[in-house]
Amino acid sequence: MAHSAPAISSNTGVAAKLGKAIGSALLETIEAYGEISFTVERSKLATVLDKLRDKHEYQQLVEIAGVDYPDRPERFEVCYHLLSLTRNHRIRVKVSTDEDMPVPSVTHIWEVAGWLEREVFDMYGVLFDGNTDLRRILTDYGFQGHPFRKDFPLTGYVEMRYSEEAKRVVYEPVKLAQDFRSFDFMSPWEGADYILPGDEKVGGVAPPPTPKTTEKKNDTGAGAKADKKAAKPSKRKTAAAKKPAPKRTKSGTQKKGEGK
Amino acid sequence: MADYLDEMDHLADDADPTVGDLEIQNFTINFGPQHPAAHGVLRMVMELDGEIVERVDPHIGLLHRGTEKLIEHKTYLQALPYFDRLDYCSPLAMEYSYVLAIEKLLDLEVPLRGQYLRVLFAELTRICNHMLNLGAHVMDVGAMTPNIWVFEIREQCLEFFERASGARMHSAWFRPGGVHQDVPLKLLTDIADWLDEFPTLFEDAMSLVVGNRIFKQRNVNIATVSKDDAVRWGFSGPVLRGSGVAWDLRKSQPYDVYDRMEFDVPVGTSGDCYDRFMVRVEEVRQSARIMRQCLNEMPDGPVASTDRKIVPPKRAEMKQSMEALIHHFKLYTEGFHVPAGEVYVATESPKGEFGVYLVSDGTNKPYRCKIRPTAFSHLQAMDFMTKGHMLPDATAILGAIDIVFGECDR
Repeated sequence: MAHSAPAISSNTGVAAKLGKAIGSALLETIEAYGEISFTVERSKLATVLDKLRDKHEYQQLVEIAGVDYPDRPERFEVCYHLLSLTRNHRIRVKVSTDEDMPVPSVTHIWEVAGWLEREVFDMYGVLFDGNTDLRRILTDYGFQGHPFRKDFPLTGYVEMRYSEEAKRVVYEPVKLAQDFRSFDFMSPWEGADYILPGDEKVGGVAPPPTPKTTEKKNDTGAGAKADKKAAKPSKRKTAAAKKPAPKRTKSGTQKKGEGK
Repeated sequence: MADYLDEMDHLADDADPTVGDLEIQNFTINFGPQHPAAHGVLRMVMELDGEIVERVDPHIGLLHRGTEKLIEHKTYLQALPYFDRLDYCSPLAMEYSYVLAIEKLLDLEVPLRGQYLRVLFAELTRICNHMLNLGAHVMDVGAMTPNIWVFEIREQCLEFFERASGARMHSAWFRPGGVHQDVPLKLLTDIADWLDEFPTLFEDAMSLVVGNRIFKQRNVNIATVSKDDAVRWGFSGPVLRGSGVAWDLRKSQPYDVYDRMEFDVPVGTSGDCYDRFMVRVEEVRQSARIMRQCLNEMPDGPVASTDRKIVPPKRAEMKQSMEALIHHFKLYTEGFHVPAGEVYVATESPKGEFGVYLVSDGTNKPYRCKIRPTAFSHLQAMDFMTKGHMLPDATAILGAIDIVFGECDR
């Protein structure tokens, strides 16, 4: 082990033992990076966590994290991080769900789950069956949508400012002075998902739209109107061309005093 | 007057009740969102029966900036400064979990000097944080002087951060693979001198409150939390230890060189606000002890990993080597790629367990970065802790759980 991240007690045998305890509800066990995560059936989540707490000493629910995978049929993953204070061990229990199917609440097992579930609901729209206080928690009063979903834009939909005319805070659709910049860091040689110009000859797929060029004088890149204007010969330009360029020395433009 | 006394004497029917029989409705007040004792932007809707708190509903999220979403759109290194802005009272402790999570995914080894420097400054951060919290707590319950005294110590801590990283608060000094730059020797000797000096002022300030009758009246037996409750409510850090659970991640799940350090974990006996306060006071002394050990044992050598695919080269090297220049360019544009997988890394921040659940999909940006704030679970228990106490106790309870909203709301 080269890294110096927090060391928990050994994982050996834990996955098998807990997998057996979870029983038929267990869908998948992954042991990677020294951490064990169990994927369990959504409907049996509460019984599994109850068992893990009471029979296997995972006393503390540390965190409930939602993750969004839009490509999956059940797009949301809800991860419960458990900590055993007596065994000095951590495990992760996951369930997957979609926008409509509720996940059983665990507020009756751990009080701390109340707000953690509210946060997942607020950010992802995952419903929790049995949580009596499922209000939004972090977003604004009257906020619409679930901001941490992958299809929710980073800039959001509304912006807010204090209006001097209305003498109050007003909400308006978001207006960006500059387009949101998202850089493509993928190397074209390592799995870019678009077709490089020229590759269509091999695959037979349509080429990408022709890129804008400004090679000729009348390719201004500012629309047809500007192109037309640029195509006309300008008088000023020809006049300027006759004027000789200022003399340059090695170190830059000639200084006044140097000639004397 | 005679009429009034007469009324009080015998009129007691429903239509015209006397004073004592009047049915009084509970009074609901807003504590915050702008209240000096709320330690930030916290709105608590409090239902009061006279001066007794019946119910508390904390409304948080007024400082929500969508840090986790922003991190998903940044490279791993660009996301680092966001952590300084979470708990802005202990910025380096926030970075710590994040860099350790990345190192765990990359399985990256940190040179020993880098590990010592990180532990040294993490403990300095702890002292810095506790200075603010202890000072603010005593001020919340009415004492003024100690706060001003300990703020001086806090200022000295911030100067050390500035000398190490160039920034007083938002240091961005811990990097995946080590720390950004080595510190000058003079800084280390100055810290050593300061470690001998500051306890005098600190103990003076604490001597004004720890035995003080008014301070004890305001804190002893306020918001008593039992061991079981503390565990079920997801408490961590000084609040959990105040309830008598000897649990410190630096001891039980050591990271970096904490396993070489000798220090004690203070625990409380009754789990009230006074215990939480005293746990922090003792932690300051223990932190100073750890820092002395760091300074004594710190070896020479590189402060960051020499894996050039992750840690950028120094500028001097770039002037000479083409390869270093390419690495520098690649690391500051594209960044490094982290193998796919997920880890949860938690460290002992001054306020408790601060965790980062990092999901990587193999690209140069985190797929998901869930931050586990300490204040979230502590503040959730506010209702349970405050119930039945007086309104002014709410400020003492809030001070003793040490919340900062940058981290709570993210």
